[in-house]
Amino acid sequence: MVDATIPANTRTDAEPRGAKPKRALSGRNIMIYGTLLVFSLYYLLPLWVMVMTSLKGMPEIRMGNIFAPPVEITFEPWVKAWSQACTGLNCDGLSRGFWNSVQILIPSVILSIVVASVNGYALTFWKFKGSDIFFTILIFGAFIPYQVMLYPIVILLREMGLYGSLWGLVLVHTIFGMPILTLLFRNYFSTIPEELFKAARVDGAGFWSIYAKILMPMSLPIFVVAIILQVTGIWNDFLFGVVYTKPDLYPMTVQLNNIVNSVQGVKEYNVNMAATLLTGLVPLFIYFVSGKLFVRGIAAGAVKG
Amino acid sequence: MKTFKLATALVASVALPAAAFATDLEVTHWWTSGGEAAAVAELANAFNAAGDNWVDGAIAGGGSTARPIMISRITGGDPMGATQFNHGQQALELVEAGLMLDLTDVAEAEGWKDKVFPPSLLDACTVDGRIYCAPVNIHSPEWLWLSNQAYADAGLPVPANWTEFVASGPQLEAAGKIPLALGNQAWQSNLAFNAITVAVAGLDVWKQVNVDKNMDVAAGPEMAAVFTAVGDARKLAANSTVQDWNQATNLVLNGQAGGQIMGDWAQGEFQVAGKVAGTDYTCLPGLGLNAYLSTGGDAFYFPKNRSADVEAAQKRLAALLVSPEVQVAFNLKKGSLPIRGDIDLEAANDCMKKGLEVLASGNLVPSGDMSWSPDVVKQNEDLMVEFFKSGMAPETAHQQWVSNLESGL
Amino acid sequence: MAEARRVNRMWRNMNAKIAAVPMILTTLVVFVGGTAWTVLYSFTDSKLLPRERFVGFDQYERLWSNSRWLTSIENLMIYGVLSLVFTIVIGFLLAVAMDQKIRFEDTFRTIMLYPFALSFIVTGLVWQWILNPEFGIQSIVRGLGWESFTFNPLNNPDLVLYGLLIAGLWQGTGFVMCLMLAGLRGIDEDIWKAARVDGIPTWKTYIQIILPMMRPVFITTLVIVAAGIIKLYDLVVAQTSGGPGNASQVPAMYVYDYMFQAQNLGQGFAASTMMLLTVLIVLIPWAYLEFGGKKHG
Repeated sequence: MVDATIPANTRTDAEPRGAKPKRALSGRNIMIYGTLLVFSLYYLLPLWVMVMTSLKGMPEIRMGNIFAPPVEITFEPWVKAWSQACTGLNCDGLSRGFWNSVQILIPSVILSIVVASVNGYALTFWKFKGSDIFFTILIFGAFIPYQVMLYPIVILLREMGLYGSLWGLVLVHTIFGMPILTLLFRNYFSTIPEELFKAARVDGAGFWSIYAKILMPMSLPIFVVAIILQVTGIWNDFLFGVVYTKPDLYPMTVQLNNIVNSVQGVKEYNVNMAATLLTGLVPLFIYFVSGKLFVRGIAAGAVKG
Repeated sequence: MKTFKLATALVASVALPAAAFATDLEVTHWWTSGGEAAAVAELANAFNAAGDNWVDGAIAGGGSTARPIMISRITGGDPMGATQFNHGQQALELVEAGLMLDLTDVAEAEGWKDKVFPPSLLDACTVDGRIYCAPVNIHSPEWLWLSNQAYADAGLPVPANWTEFVASGPQLEAAGKIPLALGNQAWQSNLAFNAITVAVAGLDVWKQVNVDKNMDVAAGPEMAAVFTAVGDARKLAANSTVQDWNQATNLVLNGQAGGQIMGDWAQGEFQVAGKVAGTDYTCLPGLGLNAYLSTGGDAFYFPKNRSADVEAAQKRLAALLVSPEVQVAFNLKKGSLPIRGDIDLEAANDCMKKGLEVLASGNLVPSGDMSWSPDVVKQNEDLMVEFFKSGMAPETAHQQWVSNLESGL
Repeated sequence: MAEARRVNRMWRNMNAKIAAVPMILTTLVVFVGGTAWTVLYSFTDSKLLPRERFVGFDQYERLWSNSRWLTSIENLMIYGVLSLVFTIVIGFLLAVAMDQKIRFEDTFRTIMLYPFALSFIVTGLVWQWILNPEFGIQSIVRGLGWESFTFNPLNNPDLVLYGLLIAGLWQGTGFVMCLMLAGLRGIDEDIWKAARVDGIPTWKTYIQIILPMMRPVFITTLVIVAAGIIKLYDLVVAQTSGGPGNASQVPAMYVYDYMFQAQNLGQGFAASTMMLLTVLIVLIPWAYLEFGGKKHG
């Protein structure tokens, strides 16, 4: 397609590769930065509204302009959301569910990623008869609305004796995380040269040792992507957490739901927003720390299909 | 750890001499607003004081969020100790499947048959002659709440009934008010429709349609008149854009809207805002036309459990819920009406007293929740919200409504 | 020796098979089994609990004569097409802009990506608020002096889908931008150089050379975005509850409402069967292309 005889100034890192900018204030640059700034405004607006609202008192909110910064800053809503907001009789805010969420999150993320990465590995290097069919069904699974599966899963967990336990919930997260994660891992692993795999086999390495010693160390970026996706999905999950466990295991989103969704009484928007931001802190933190790895990981995970 | 913390938090104020016999009972419900939580606390305190331990399992978002969770828990074989349902047909199949505890012996020992009033509340708990739930309150949806301030602003007298209210609509609108506040959620449109039905068509038609399920009456001219009346209401509510019912109540409360059709629970909002019935707001049961109230309400069901200790505790709670002291304490906080006729609610406010009068006079109609399946109710909600928010012709809505009812015969 | 090797090979294959067991079980038991179970019970008159009283196609007849369901399908198609097109176009354009060796790339990327960390419930809530005519954008613009300015999409049945779209795009485009950016970064520098030497304008290079090379990225994006669209539920519940009227209803809401609120499992299952059927119709050609035509790729 393209004549590749031009001497290549080879670069291997994931740096920008577009046409090089010429002058600092060219029309092109104005257009690029203009576009980015306008979109940034769109993305930032809700965050601004959330943060500003969470710092206002209710009287100020009722009068006012939701975009204006608070006249009088108060951290009351944050305190209330974290430790005072009521869920029925229990008035200890989001703090009640925080550790439950962590307790659910860690095993669910680990197990779902281990299973999906092994799936992707098997689907790439150890294809068996019908493996493509299973993969297609998995992708189909990505489209099934969760609500539809509520009852079948209740029956399944009941028969397995896992209903209401932490491990039942971990299993559910593993199952529903599987389609997209397997797709990502499969795509990533298929970018790894097959020669590498063949050489390892000639050396006598088996299924697990190739996975652990060769693939895992090469695949940090895609693991980061998987972790980000799972942390976000599992942390934000409300439906599974509340349907498949019992109150002493309810995740933080149950309290968030109770604070935000309280259909009766006065809506305390400031507390809602503070609760929202507090609940979002864990995934947000992960995004801020690993944003760069995220792009790099996706670069490898999504490029080859 | 968590359970322990929860338990200590709950019983911190209660001395526990009988701790050795205390049984933990997890109770799920969807009462999470301020007034509701205060009412639940009355139940929990009474239960704890009697020596057991109430483990609270509140889930916000209303029954539609909470019910799937409750049903999953029960069918999943990990049931809670007790759970709220609106009584009637919601839990019927769970009872039929043998998943609910039979409370007949408690009911007989406590004499529920003689005390629960109106008796229809207990009938709704009865399947094949056995009693499966303990009713805790009555809710009547057919109230018109009016803002005295909005009418003062517009220089109009406060209407005394629905007809006057409709007539005053254009003038209110000219004064910059929303005549009728109505939340966008589907159930609120359906509630308004039912309230208008009772008020405009009267008790006989209501009973023929909802109790005898006479489809000729449902398709007849009386109901056609109701649909025309609802069409009028639609015009009055055209500028109302709020979502939740309490946001709509808030419009009435601060004089931006003339009135709202909402259940008796709306007065909790007026009370919290420090408004006084009669001077700040006016309440008209049965929309001021036909002072009839339909009686639905909340009840507690007790899923079958393996442990005998739990079963004993379940029965203790059931007896407690219906007891006079708990009824008074709970319903005063909740703003709802008690389920027994033999107690005195001195502390009740004016609107609540109006409700009690209607109750005492026996002008009661069974609620739609009890006579129609949730499936029919949901279809009607879908229909009414569409009718209120679109230009659908009343005749079309009427026809659709009849066929919705027919699907539940 | 030979025997040992054979045992060894069997052992290795055993391991691979054992490793595939969770996937096989999940696909067969949960996805195939659960779907079959759902389809089977869609032919019954199950109410609150599943029961085997078969009624033929009754549930489907009722479903397709229900105006709310028809509105839901129409809404999903409109929202789906708009959302797919806009997500991919905006995602791609932003990725191209980000790929021009710009400064503050990390900052821009974080800004675009952070909404993805927030749940749809939160997204719906915040945008419901910003679009609220009484204290959102409309009142601000009116406050600036433009008294007749009207921007109230959530209360207008004709515009409500666009109100949802604004929120949906806000949450999802950043992630798609990252996918696209990753795709762009994966393209060989030599291709750019060759294109420049041949004197092809940049925009033409993007359209004629880069786009076709990014096919796998587009497929991944399509799967992720489309799966999200079909499952669209939380956002609508939080932002509009399906209103005004039934103007922003979507199929997943119908399924949920009829399964649990109306306690009519049969009807809910019939609706979900129709949803899954649609997915299948889209997915089978894809699987055929993906696996059937790969050999000469």
